[in-house]
Amino acid sequence: MSIDMNQFHGVFFDESEEHLVEMEEVLMTLSVESPNPEDLNCIFRAAHSIKGGSGIFGFDALTGLTHVMESLLDQARKGQTHLTTPIVNTLLTTGDLLRAILNSYRNKEDIDWAAIEAGTQALNAVIDDNKSAQNNEENEQGFGFFTPIDSSEVNENVDFGLFDENEFSKDVIDDEVKSTPSNESNGFGFFEPLESVCDQGIRTPVLSEHDAVIQDDLDSTKTKPSNTVKSNSKKTVVKESNSLRVDTQKIDSLVNLVGELVITQSMLKLASEDVFGHGTEKLQEALEILDRNVRQAQETAMSMRMLPMSFVFNRFPRVVRDLAAKLDKEVELVIEGSSAEIDKSLIEKLVDPLTHLVRNSIDHGIELPAKRLAAGKPQVGKVTLKAEQGGGSILISIVDDGAGLDKQKILEKAKQNGIETHDKMPDSDIWKLIFAAGFSTATEVTDLSGRGVGMDVVKQNIESIGGQVEIESELGKGSRFIIRLPLTLAILDGICVSVGDQVFIIPLTQIVESIQPVSNQIKTLVNEQMLWIRDAYWPILPLYEYMNIQGAESDPTQAIVVLITTANKRFGLLVDGLVGQQQVVIKSLEHHYKPVPGVAGATIMGDGSVAFILDVESLASTVNQPSVDIEVKIA
Amino acid sequence: MPKQQIETLAKDTEHEFLTFVLGEETYALDVMTVKEIRGYQPVTKIANAPDFVKGVLNLRGDIVPIIDLRIKFSVGEATYNEFTIVIMLNIGQRVVGIVVDEVSDVIKVMAQDIKPPPEFGIVFDSSYLYGLTTIEEQMVILINIESLISSDELGLFESSK
Repeated sequence: MSIDMNQFHGVFFDESEEHLVEMEEVLMTLSVESPNPEDLNCIFRAAHSIKGGSGIFGFDALTGLTHVMESLLDQARKGQTHLTTPIVNTLLTTGDLLRAILNSYRNKEDIDWAAIEAGTQALNAVIDDNKSAQNNEENEQGFGFFTPIDSSEVNENVDFGLFDENEFSKDVIDDEVKSTPSNESNGFGFFEPLESVCDQGIRTPVLSEHDAVIQDDLDSTKTKPSNTVKSNSKKTVVKESNSLRVDTQKIDSLVNLVGELVITQSMLKLASEDVFGHGTEKLQEALEILDRNVRQAQETAMSMRMLPMSFVFNRFPRVVRDLAAKLDKEVELVIEGSSAEIDKSLIEKLVDPLTHLVRNSIDHGIELPAKRLAAGKPQVGKVTLKAEQGGGSILISIVDDGAGLDKQKILEKAKQNGIETHDKMPDSDIWKLIFAAGFSTATEVTDLSGRGVGMDVVKQNIESIGGQVEIESELGKGSRFIIRLPLTLAILDGICVSVGDQVFIIPLTQIVESIQPVSNQIKTLVNEQMLWIRDAYWPILPLYEYMNIQGAESDPTQAIVVLITTANKRFGLLVDGLVGQQQVVIKSLEHHYKPVPGVAGATIMGDGSVAFILDVESLASTVNQPSVDIEVKIA
Repeated sequence: MPKQQIETLAKDTEHEFLTFVLGEETYALDVMTVKEIRGYQPVTKIANAPDFVKGVLNLRGDIVPIIDLRIKFSVGEATYNEFTIVIMLNIGQRVVGIVVDEVSDVIKVMAQDIKPPPEFGIVFDSSYLYGLTTIEEQMVILINIESLISSDELGLFESSK
């Protein structure tokens, strides 16, 4: 039995995670003065589903906390509690706590009972406050009459819990069948207390004032459950018909297989060229159709790994809200392009750097309201998160209309840190200084920023997923951080180069240009060949030497030099020739072999052969640069 | 060591081995490790790899290394023609191809028929062998291919694995 349950744990965790995200989203948009009953129901349902599931699986920490949360939410949706910002804050914090507990269960870690106790108390405090407020308003009888509703509500919850379990394990059809009785049971749950209420009302005549109160409550209870039911069934249908949980490994193997299909198809095409005679035309025609279909299949397979950017962006309203409140700043967050799609594996790695940049924008960028007004800006600062797709890459920008980067401050700080600077540095180079490790211009260290760890990590994280960060900034007007990312980790835009009889692929993002040098551009410095181009020396790294390939061109003037820049170096790679530009599917070499120096991975070319993708960073590490930088400055 | 190797094969049960030829000698490996057998195809050379690592090839989307044991152990001549065979092996989670001159047969061997290998005269270290057996008057060297391929001596994988 326990094994049976275990297999549902993963689903429960995933679903609960989704419920929490949904709960947070609704809480963020909720209007405190006049909450939309539908929204409150939505939050209630989310808490409720988690409670139901956790009860079944025996995750007591979750059950206890969600139960108290549910009581509060229930009061709120019945209009017994008037929501205030502190209450919403408490609910948000509880959401965070639930997430933490969920993760503890997921990772089989110890549960932080103290935190749960504190969370429960915080919620109870809110409920108690509310109760005492109501006690003042109403006599004891009125109060006594609320209690049965609460307890019946709990009974109803138990029913719900059971159905939730079914949702985990049964098919769509089962689910729909079950959702109908759940409506009925919902009805049962709510009729019972009405009767008891009536009884009470008859037995003990109350003031007409109270009648009105009761009547109101009856009305609201009457309408609300039906709301719940409606949205509940609607939601189930939407969810079931639109998405399906699939193991990413299955998708990856599908992508692999389709890739193979593409290769097989091109092999077929090559072979068909040798076929003559009757039926050749038909064969060609069929191959054309096959070609189209296979490519479509490949696109579809690749798109299955893609998720909308909203998966990343949706957490930011909360981040911004909390941060702005903490810093006494007023910030409006604008999110654009959250429907742009990006590879799932990238999404996971994008969250931390983005969070960091957004926090930076609010902490350093946006000024305090008074300062903003003094500078003639609107009191409310604006932070824009935007994603747009361009070609094979996605651009994510974080724009603020705050103070902007202070050039002088950065230069001073750079000097303090011993980073070489000079006065004629272009702006873009100055901004890049903030990516240096240990760099922070914040004068005070707060718990948010100023320790100088951060921007270098942001840069590293982004680069580790094949992206780049650019900065634009104007003092007093604001800054713009632009992250340029490949759409997927699995595909890379590259230039194919030939060396001897081998083909290598260089990532396009790291190539500046390719040239065939003339002899007076080649200088020899300390026994190393340098290429002199546009007032700069580029050390030349012969790829044939590095890769130990025979029969390659060694005279730079007869070969091609591909100019490459990496994080902190630049060099020219000597190759025999350029074969072409193409998108390649990145395959791991380490899966069946050990890592090879200078090689980041491999790919399968159109003819089915294997070509290596160069690891430009590790090639760069073999190049001596310092002497060159000095040369440049003298020049 | 060889004794332990023999003991790893359950007694009184039949074990199936795939026999193959390297130079003049007949070897055999556990048939359960064989993924497939295919003809030799040109491979992509790996820079600065030892000479017995021929390179990698594309096995239905996987990049798989191909090694030539003839070069590693200096048996026979490392020639590549239309009769050259590559045996694709499953070694743990990994796939590795080995180049051999010829694949002959699948033989059934009882554990008790396996004799310990001599201390000398065989190019493989005895720790990579199950032992020797005789099939139709011919000596067959039974290789523990998993321990050979994942050995540090070949160094195909990161040693941590």
